[in-house]
Amino acid sequence: MMTLKVNGQDHTIDAEPDTPLLYVLRDDLQLNAAKFGCGLGQCGSCTVIVDGRAVLSCVTPLVLLEGKQVTTLEGLGSVSEPAPIQRAFTEEQAAQCGYCIAGMMMRAQALLQRNPKASDEQIRAELAPHLCRCGTHMRILRAVRRAATLMDTAELLPAEQGSAR
Amino acid sequence: MTRAGIFRGVIAVLVVGGAAAAFVIAWRPAIAAIEPPAQQSFAPDLVRRGRELAAMGNCNDCHTVRGARNHGAKNFAGGRPVRTPFGTVFSTNITPDAETGIGRWSEAAFRRAMLVGVDREGRHLYPTFPYDHFTNVSDDDNRALYAYLMTREPVHAPARENRLLFPFNLRVLIAGWKLLFFHPGTYRPDPMKSAEWNRGGYLVEGLAHCGACHTPRNALGAERADASFSGGDADNWRAYAINAQSSAPVPWDAEAIYTYLRDGWHPDHGTARGPMAEVVSNLSEVPASDVHAIATFMAEMFGEPAPERKRRGEEAIAQAKSGGGEMQMDSEGGAIYASACAACHEAGRPPPYGGINLGLSTAISDPDSRNLANIVLSGVRPVEGERSPIMPGFAGSMNDAQIAALLNYLRSRFSSQPAWTGVQKTIKDARGAETAFLQTSAGARNAPADPAERAKP
Repeated sequence: MMTLKVNGQDHTIDAEPDTPLLYVLRDDLQLNAAKFGCGLGQCGSCTVIVDGRAVLSCVTPLVLLEGKQVTTLEGLGSVSEPAPIQRAFTEEQAAQCGYCIAGMMMRAQALLQRNPKASDEQIRAELAPHLCRCGTHMRILRAVRRAATLMDTAELLPAEQGSAR
Repeated sequence: MTRAGIFRGVIAVLVVGGAAAAFVIAWRPAIAAIEPPAQQSFAPDLVRRGRELAAMGNCNDCHTVRGARNHGAKNFAGGRPVRTPFGTVFSTNITPDAETGIGRWSEAAFRRAMLVGVDREGRHLYPTFPYDHFTNVSDDDNRALYAYLMTREPVHAPARENRLLFPFNLRVLIAGWKLLFFHPGTYRPDPMKSAEWNRGGYLVEGLAHCGACHTPRNALGAERADASFSGGDADNWRAYAINAQSSAPVPWDAEAIYTYLRDGWHPDHGTARGPMAEVVSNLSEVPASDVHAIATFMAEMFGEPAPERKRRGEEAIAQAKSGGGEMQMDSEGGAIYASACAACHEAGRPPPYGGINLGLSTAISDPDSRNLANIVLSGVRPVEGERSPIMPGFAGSMNDAQIAALLNYLRSRFSSQPAWTGVQKTIKDARGAETAFLQTSAGARNAPADPAERAKP
């Protein structure tokens, strides 16, 4: 038994300490944004944010997560109230099959939280470990840049505060 | 003449005399600039030979900005910072660009730089450029290297200003350093040894400059002649001892050295990482006979292991083959190892899906914990288009305390050595240096493509 903090809520989890975070998110908490891709930490589709850093949830056992904050894509925003990163990906139509996109969004989100003015080079380097077979790479890059702009301007609008960070 | 006047006169004579003496020691003439030679003026065979030699010398590693392939910077255009205890030296542009590269260097100027560390204009070069080794390179090899470099794509890339502490920013001091530590052309073949051994010695002591990283340096940055191959530093990595002081659990022999240098990987030793990844990547492109020669020579530097050490090596291999022992979940480090590491490292699967049994890992048995910290943080990136070893990094998912617990556990479980001290600080430093380096380095070559090799645990 352990307590896992996901998207601001405490959950009591009954699982072995070596259970990958991804399994708990999908199977126990029905948070299905993070995807199972390779299971080896090599494709990026399972990426979530832990204490502000992008983390591969398929190779992150529960034992590492005591007292840490996990954020999944569901924690950023919803269909009716999308976060800037989600709006930007939609507006740029950055997904084709979409399997890799949740992971891409989470790593981009972590990058922009850390460095709101990330350069194209930094965005490319950061997303390099993420595999996408559809080939929407250019749209994904545009979406991340758009998200940076949205986050920048959102700070000026009191109504949107709190939805994305 | 007054007494004070005499005194002033003596001082003046000493100053002028000293300056003149320093000038004689330090001054080197410029070698006339040439019109950049046409690429067609170099014979293709010579250029090809030069390419192999440049790979042997690992030239691209220092003379190219890290991650160049991703960021548009060009091979050999220089600009890579090399951090030293005296400040940062930036590598220079060795493409044949006339203004910012070596386009106006004659072959004689190139040869002089290699042999005595002086540039075309006559300025002393900092020994970050390892002319203490390159002084042993033959004229024929220098001719081929020159032909290769002069036929690369010229890149306009002005040298970056070095950031050195006073007085190390005064190049004239390099002349004094050379007087103390630089011995031009000292390498001599040993007539008692085989041709292959001597070939290996020529490469190791010369162009391959293995000692530049693997030999410790003295307070003034010169390799300690009394401690050849006893282990040194490269970036924020430990370059292991590659002599009798080697801390490898299994003693190295010529065959293992060859496989490791050629393929970047050996079943009894693991994967080349950090700066060594670039070296083995280059060594996969040189003639196999040269890598065999290096292995023959280096096997003798390691020396024949004592029977006791040999026996412990065999034990380590047997232990690794039999799989892991009991999982120890009662400590934090043990629980992390069992949850995050063992699934691959005790899988018994061949690479890339299985990791080396950590009882065989030099990173764990070495006195220095930096390499293990670097690898846990950053993992092992795949090499594009190859079945190379892989490992995810844990920089995001483990905090410093968790990594420290893991490192201390690995040390106590998989080595017979005393516990490391200062692991917390090592991890903090490793995070600081994190991986700008690893993220962009080319990485090791393939695990052996021969299926028989891959089947080994």
